[in-house]
Amino acid sequence: MLMCHVKGCSTDNFPLRIEDAEMEQVEVEFNEDFCRRLINKIDWPAFVQTAFALGLDQLPAALPDDLDEEFLQRIHKLALETKLKAGRMVCNGCKHVYLITDGIPNMLLQETEV
Amino acid sequence: MKTPSLSHLRPSDYMNVYEPSEDTFLLLDALEAEADAGLLKDATVCLEVGSGSGCVSAFVGMLLKTCVLLATDINPHATSASLQTGIKNNVHIDPVLSHFASAFGSRLAGNVDLLIFNPPYVVTPSDEVGSNGIEAAWAGGVDGMEVTSKFLPLVNDLLSANGLFYLVTVRENKPLEIMREMRDTYGLFAKVVLTRRAGIEGLAIVRFSRTEI
Ligand SMILES: [Zn+2]
Repeated sequence: MLMCHVKGCSTDNFPLRIEDAEMEQVEVEFNEDFCRRLINKIDWPAFVQTAFALGLDQLPAALPDDLDEEFLQRIHKLALETKLKAGRMVCNGCKHVYLITDGIPNMLLQETEV
Repeated sequence: MKTPSLSHLRPSDYMNVYEPSEDTFLLLDALEAEADAGLLKDATVCLEVGSGSGCVSAFVGMLLKTCVLLATDINPHATSASLQTGIKNNVHIDPVLSHFASAFGSRLAGNVDLLIFNPPYVVTPSDEVGSNGIEAAWAGGVDGMEVTSKFLPLVNDLLSANGLFYLVTVRENKPLEIMREMRDTYGLFAKVVLTRRAGIEGLAIVRFSRTEI
């Protein structure tokens, strides 16, 4: 969901590339309707790319027409149950690095960057 | 419904993070009434701007059960309090250190079903606005509107088709003018959903929506 917002950075700024990721699995109750609604809000190619880069899952490049429960469970696990505890998010466009510390991404920029 | 437990936060935390107060509780009451009226049942993504202790986001999580809870704040003490408050109340909050919604760029455009802002609304000298410490939680500058007026132009882009935006105001903010401005500029419908007098503060929770409710 996070994207680079450095002033003037407008190409290749999403998704951010995640490096040195430390991940954590949490448990969230599965809700099929909610998962279907959530998928509509996800940028699918970016989601696929990030899940693959993190070595989490290899999802189809195009979102299947028929979303069965098994598939929704996969999305549920990736989108809701996988949390980034620590790491670096690097913008492929301008190389800006955003840090994730203690589960919180720091997306603040210096005044000169805004 | 019960308010979220904040027993993990100590007086020393409230040196750095806004302690939930009358304005917060009025907002919770308003959100609960809106949920009871069925207005929030399909909310999938909630964004709280300036989440402070995380009390409001945690409450939304308790109300809605399933909802992505994004919470931004420019104060690192606040984002970490928000994270802890989520954990304490068995709610998953995703805090992000960010100014308003800038961390999400255009990604959230049209995707926020529930947008919540309890802004720094207190009338103060302009030079008290914009620190990243605790003062930022209340200092609103002229009319208490210096921060809110920067956020309002972002609302229309963020809201989904059925998205609702809840804003905490005090009388000095001239809520009726805010409502007229949002209607004239963005075609958003506005309604005062709850008011309360707390000490000298005349608080009002205003709801903005794309359709008339
Ligand atoms: Zn960039």
